[in-house]
Amino acid sequence: MKPAKFDYVAPTTVDAAIEALSAANGEGKILAGGQSLLPLLNFRMARPAVLVDLNGIKELSFIELRGDRIAIGALTRHREIEQSPLVASKLPVMAAAMRHVAHLAIRNRGTIGGSVSHADPAAELPMLSLFYDATLSVQGSSGRRSIAAEDFFVDALTNCLEPDEIVVELEFPVLQHSGWAFEEVARRFGDFALASVAISVRRQSSTIDDARVAVMGVADTPLRLRQVEGKLTGIAIDGQTPDRFAELVTSCVSANGDLHASAEYRQHLLGQLAKRAMQASLAAKG
Amino acid sequence: MTATVSVNVNGTKYDVSDVEPRLLLSDFLRETLGLTGTHVGCEHGVCGACTVLVNGDSVRSCLMLAVQANGTEITTVEGLGTPDGLNELQAQFREHHGLQCGFCTPGMLITGEDLLRKYPLATDDEIREGLSGNLCRCTGYQNIVAAIRSAAAMRAEKTS
Repeated sequence: MKPAKFDYVAPTTVDAAIEALSAANGEGKILAGGQSLLPLLNFRMARPAVLVDLNGIKELSFIELRGDRIAIGALTRHREIEQSPLVASKLPVMAAAMRHVAHLAIRNRGTIGGSVSHADPAAELPMLSLFYDATLSVQGSSGRRSIAAEDFFVDALTNCLEPDEIVVELEFPVLQHSGWAFEEVARRFGDFALASVAISVRRQSSTIDDARVAVMGVADTPLRLRQVEGKLTGIAIDGQTPDRFAELVTSCVSANGDLHASAEYRQHLLGQLAKRAMQASLAAKG
Repeated sequence: MTATVSVNVNGTKYDVSDVEPRLLLSDFLRETLGLTGTHVGCEHGVCGACTVLVNGDSVRSCLMLAVQANGTEITTVEGLGTPDGLNELQAQFREHHGLQCGFCTPGMLITGEDLLRKYPLATDDEIREGLSGNLCRCTGYQNIVAAIRSAAAMRAEKTS
């Protein structure tokens, strides 16, 4: 047997799952898609006493339009998001990013709630939740609360959830923008990003009048670059804009290095991806 | 703490009692059911050798617990074709010499089946993207890509 022993519970309601988590006294672990947790169990790097399997909670799986927001249930699989016409039309940056989310067999199982909770600094959905200013609804023994994506990611692989809390859904405000792009480079297609840039802009004739920028793979958490967004707002678009944008991004980020890529390489990559992303988002007819 | 797992694998129904929750689906298929066509390589979701279809979707069986497969329909490489009657994709692997040692082949075939159903696979780039989660140490991938390209072309011809 690869994993160490654990007790297994498969509740069919969120309340029952929270009860099981509370009863585990901090020794419980939530199993959603399992695509990050199972490797940790197989290596025995994680040895929870109780595994609470959410896969039987059907109410956590949905994608729906709520006014000017798209709500996605925590147990929604990556493959469902990849295929969703609603996501394609309302959250185009997310739609473009989904094919970079691991490999088909992982997308068939992995869930948005699991990916966001796992908080990998080089994973697409944590970055996109920052990018879109998502609101996470979480439920625990003390009730339900909302957390802004910006407050959710504390550090690499660390979120701000209490031990008995579960992410139940995420809401993504729809952007009324004219151009956007998602650029990523990984060692193998579908692997975690060495660097990635997401951008969305609104054009007012030949100036940018609103911008969204997020990057990942270069720091301990995904980063929303509000400072860059501020500097982009109001600038006149010309042939130099993509290069200037690349400079802005690289001047306010200092990339981490690891065994997959040096800091210098990631920093260079980030600039190149930023340039390409801006070129693509300005090429779109607004 | 054990559970009973009822699964339909390649059209055969199995009811297995006393399954420990920590038993991986990959080990359940190989050790408990004796279906050793599904190979285990890395056992942490990187190599793709253990890929099987669960309710028609490809999944890494080392990243799923056997108890989670209760009530599902599973297809392993044993369910694709027989030595005398290879299925279409298997025939293309033979035709294009898409395997050498054969270790990655069950995962490549199952992944290929799922890719063929879900994506147009109109370009080699798309095929390579689709196969990026499956490692092969012999072929250099060229012939695997050729086999899937050929299967995709045959399918396109059929549906046009």
